[in-house]
Formats: sequence, C-alpha cells, structure tokens
Amino acid sequence: MHVVFVYKTTTMPGTYIPSDYLSVAVIIIFAALIGLGAIAAGLLVRPRRPYARKLMPYESGNPPVGEPRYRFSVKFYIVAMLFVVFDVEAVFLYPWAVAYDKLGIFGFVEMMLFIFILLIGYIYVWKKGAFNWE
Amino acid sequence: MEMETTISLLDIRPIIPELTLICVGLILILLDLIVKKKEIVAVVGIAGTLVALFGTYKLYGFYEPQVAFGGMFVLDGYANFFKLIFFLNIILTICISMKYMKIEKASFGEYYSLLMFSTTGMMIMASAADLIVLYLGLELMALSTYILVGLMRKKPRSNEAAIKYFFLGAFSSAFLLYGISLTYGLTGTTSLSGIAESLNALNIIGSPITYLGLIFMIVAFGFKIALVPFHMWAPDVYEGAPTSITAFMSVGPKAAGFAVLGRVLFDAFPAMQGQWASILIPMAVLTMAAGSIIALAQTNIKRMLAYSSIAHAGYMLLGIIAGTHEGLTSMVNYLMIYLFMNIGAFAIVIMLRREGFQGEDLEDYMGLSKSHPLASFLMLIFMFSLAGIPPTAGFIGKFYVFMEVINAGYVYLAIIAVVFSVISAFFYLRIVMYMYMKDPKQEVTLTTSPTMSIALAITAMMILIFGIFPSILLNLVRYSILG
Amino acid sequence: MVPLSWYIVLSAVMFCIGVFGFLARRNLLIIFISIELMLNSVNISLVAFSHYLQSMTGQILVFFVIAVAAAEAAIGLAIIIAYYKNNPTIKVDEINLLKG
Repeated sequence: MHVVFVYKTTTMPGTYIPSDYLSVAVIIIFAALIGLGAIAAGLLVRPRRPYARKLMPYESGNPPVGEPRYRFSVKFYIVAMLFVVFDVEAVFLYPWAVAYDKLGIFGFVEMMLFIFILLIGYIYVWKKGAFNWE
Repeated sequence: MEMETTISLLDIRPIIPELTLICVGLILILLDLIVKKKEIVAVVGIAGTLVALFGTYKLYGFYEPQVAFGGMFVLDGYANFFKLIFFLNIILTICISMKYMKIEKASFGEYYSLLMFSTTGMMIMASAADLIVLYLGLELMALSTYILVGLMRKKPRSNEAAIKYFFLGAFSSAFLLYGISLTYGLTGTTSLSGIAESLNALNIIGSPITYLGLIFMIVAFGFKIALVPFHMWAPDVYEGAPTSITAFMSVGPKAAGFAVLGRVLFDAFPAMQGQWASILIPMAVLTMAAGSIIALAQTNIKRMLAYSSIAHAGYMLLGIIAGTHEGLTSMVNYLMIYLFMNIGAFAIVIMLRREGFQGEDLEDYMGLSKSHPLASFLMLIFMFSLAGIPPTAGFIGKFYVFMEVINAGYVYLAIIAVVFSVISAFFYLRIVMYMYMKDPKQEVTLTTSPTMSIALAITAMMILIFGIFPSILLNLVRYSILG
Repeated sequence: MVPLSWYIVLSAVMFCIGVFGFLARRNLLIIFISIELMLNSVNISLVAFSHYLQSMTGQILVFFVIAVAAAEAAIGLAIIIAYYKNNPTIKVDEINLLKG
C-alpha cells in the first residue's frame, strides 16, 4: 500500500503550448518599455551640467563614507541566516493552507506541531541573544 | 495503483517514539536556557530516551507490522530492532560524555538535544518505506551530526573535522537525491514497494538508468557507512570530533546507513540482487582490506579505531551481500555487538583524557595495567571482541556473518574476511601488548565518573553475555526480522 | 513543447558541473555553491519528471529539498565561520591539520 499523489493540470503532456506564457511576455515587454521610456524622456528633457559633487555616488544626500567594498560584520550573516531558515520553513504553510479542508483536523494538528517546533527554535534564538546587535 | 488515502490522527501512533524524542530534544533546548548545571540536562535526556524506548517496546512485536501515512512509514521488527540499537547508542553516549564535555570546555545543553534530533533522524530512516521519508530522516541525522562534530568551536581540529564531514556529507546527499530522482522518473513512485512493483511491471530491471539510480543511492549510503572508496572523510572526522561524538557516530549513522541500505536493496530492488551484489562485493573486499591494513600504521588511537570501524563495516556488508533475510539477521546481530564493543573502547579512550592531557596516542597506553588493572582489563575485553577472539561477542558476530555468507554461496568472501580479520588482530592486540607488557612512559590518571562506570559495566557485561550465550541476542534478532 | 529529455540533459549537465566544481575548486564557498548547484539540478529533473508523470510526488520532494538545503546552508556557513575565526583561510589546500 502506498500513496500516489494525483496531480491534475489543464495541459496534458504533449499538448503543452508556450502561448500560456504570452501574457507574461506582454507584461515583461510593457514593463521594460515604461522603464526605458522614463529614462529616455529624462535624458531628452533635463539639462546636463555635471560637476564633481554631482558625480559622487548618491548616499542619501550625505558625502560618501569610505569605500563601497568592505567586509560586512558577521552579525549581518546571523540575521540573514535566521531569516532564510524561518522564511523557507514557512513555505510549508502554503500547501497546507490550500489543502486545508481536505486535510481536516489531522492537518491542523500537524501544522500546529510544526509551528510549535519553529516557535521553540525562535525562543531559543532569542534567549541566546542572536537578535542583540550589541 | 493510484488511490486516495486519507491520513488520520491514528497514523500518529507508530511514530510516538520519534515524537517523544523530538519533544525531549525541545524540552532540553528550553531547559538549557534555564538551568546552569548541564548534568541535569543530560539526566533529563537519558530519562526521556528511556520513555521513548518504553514506547517502542509497547508498540513492538505484538501486532503485525504497522504502516502509517499511506505506507510511507512502517514499523516492523527490522525497524524496531534498529531503534533499539539507536536508543542504546544515545544512552551510552550520554553516559560517557557528561564528564568529558566538561573537560573539553564544550559543555553545552544543545549537545544533548542535538543527540536527540540526530537519533530521531536515524529512527525515521529505519522506518522509512518511502524515499522522501528516507531522505528527510537522513538529513535530520546528518545535519545534527555536522554540528555535533564541530561542537568544540575553539579547537581548529574540531572545526576542520566538521568542515570535511559537512562537505562530503552534503555531496553524498546530492548523489542520493539524484539517484532518487532517476528512480522516480523511471518508476513514477518513491515508495519502496511501489518501485519494486513498477520495475517488474514496466520490465525495466535491466535498464542502464535503473542501474545508475541504484548506483547513486549505494554511493550515498556508502558515504554514510564509510565504505571504501567513500571512506576518506572517516579517519579525519573521527580524529577531530569530540571523542564521545566519535563513539556516537561510529555506531549510530553507520547503523542507520545499514538500515536504509538493507531496506532499499531488499524492498525496492529485490529483482536486481545480482546487480547490486556485484557492486557491493568489491566494495566489501576493499573496505575490509583498507580498514585492516591502514589501521596497522596508525599511532593515534582515534584514527586507529576509525579504520577499525571501516573494516567492521566491511564485515557487516557481507550480511547484505548474502542477499537473504538470514544474512540481514546476521548483519543486524553484528551491529548490536559492534555497538557495545565500539562504545566501550571509546569510553576507555575518553577516560584517558584529562585537563592538559590528550591521551590519544597509542604510547599513552604503555603499562596501563600496572596503574589501572581494571580499566586495562576492560580494554582487553573490548580489543579481544573487536578482533573477534572467543569467548567475546565479537567472535559470535563475525561467525554468524561468515556463516550466512557461506550459506549464500560466497565461500571466497568468507575466506577473504577471515584473512583480514586475522590481520586486524595485530593492531588490536598491539594495544593489549602495550598495556600489559610495556613499562609506562608517564603517569596516567584516569578520569572517572559514575555514569562512565555504568556505561563500561553495561558494555563489558553485554560483550561477555552475548559471547557466552549468543542465543539470547540471536533469538531476539531472528524474532524481530524473520518473525 | 519542450521534450522531457531536454530537462534531463540540462539536469545531468548541471549536476556534472556541480560535481566538477566540488572536486576542482579550492575555495570553500565555491565548493558550497557547487553543492547547491547539484541540489538544484536534481530539483529540475524532479519537477520535469513530476510534470511528465502527472504525479505530485516529485514536486513534494522538491519542496523538502529546498527546505533542507536552506537548513544545510545555515549550518554549513556557520561551520565555515567557526573555522574562519580560528584559522583565517577558506582555501581547501590549507585545511590540512588532520591527515595520516
């Protein structure tokens, strides 16, 4: 006895036509046109009077502080890592939400367990001070 | 073949032991945040493991094999016996590591919860009847073990061991996935029994792609078991890891690897027995040869035991090569015996470690019998057992494996194994010789603790009991696997 | 219509590039990326098989692979950082404390 997850799509293999993606292509083209158009319009209309201060990299209106390439603190890495882990694990919530009415109470209990385990991980990380920037 | 399966809450029952261990692991994480004394965490860990063990016992054997989650998870005698091995492994590991981790200044509460998670992964592997579940169990085990190996963050050797183990482990799991994907693409299912059915129904047993998928999976399991030529990581990792973790991972992941290897080959590819036996035979011979011969040249006892564990994996593999359920029985029997003798030997290694003294050189054992006769005698038992000298259990383990491989018609394999087992006796007996016939170079004091004594007493007693009354263990294994 | 074999060839090529990168490169981070490449090649073939077999199982496995790969990345990078704090190198040739 074993489970076979049945999966139904409207296009059967062999009848798959890329025209499904036509609308996506249209959106991409329009988005690109609008962006390029805005830049082109700016180039045509604005006066061009460059001087040294204007050519500096934009840093919220302040003079730049140091080189753009320097080592980042490992603290950024910890935050990024925690984000990745918690973010990716949240992906399991989507299929569960979609199939919620079919899974019923079992799915609910399982998902609560899952979230509970994540929660304990979160408490652990918190208490260990990984969120402290010092 | 297709059917709708509803999964109900009752499906949780067969995984109660796993759930218990996960809960214990989570409790330990939280407990670690509250209590200062890590011994409390360890004791709670042992207690929790015993609860899970009791759960397994309650679920065990009184019913037909139980299947849950639409056939993805199976609880049969085979899985249960492996779970017994994992439980004993984790309990003995906690016993021998309480004092040791303090000496290494790596006394973290996470240590114990990671042991729990890793063991849960192994248990899931033993029960996996589907490649997805198998993969998840394997990763849960592996990810926890990577951290455990690198737990001594301040020690460059531990860091390096963790790096090597992590990279080769991740590499091997990519191979496993590729094998799974090929097999899935051919058969349309990831269920082990479903694969066996499809292979027959679609008549693709001889297909090279099927063969390729099988080879990839064997490569991945070979990495976990440390079979030659996928053993390169083992000596380095065993040497660099904390000794208690070396003991843990020389038994646990290896046993779990054998559990899935046996399960996949016997349940999913029974029709290709000729093919997989022809892959495994040269691997087994090379494994026994490399393990036994390279170990002769080692001067560090952890490295020596690493090669010894490689050689033992070769002997155990013979049980699978035999291709019969009796062969599988002898392999599981061997694993159980190996658990006791290996952890016992590592326990003695750990006892030599103290503040400012590594105690990992073979020369540190010179003349140990004069200052510590009892510890030396225990080490003698473990070494005799590892070498396979009667009346210890190691002899019984080897004897049954060799007998089954002869019954299956591979007489030459048994002869090769006996030859290498004689070669391996040299380096085991060298330690005995150092302990009893050499003069001590320096004063060695042993670090003892009550839990360590308990672990040593259990391992030594089990080796002698199983050596003198082999039928106790053998009947249990037979009952579990053959029914 | 993209035939199944294209996906399989793409996945096999990506897997081989990953294996080559793992074996030939000398920088730990590049090696790490090679492993991720191998995992993603497997994902491609699983999704392709899943579509052509009209079976959901492959995509479920892909989900798990992605989640596990994230955990693996977190642990792997943590191990590399722990190593780097003690010996500031990530060149494989210089990682040679343990041998025999």
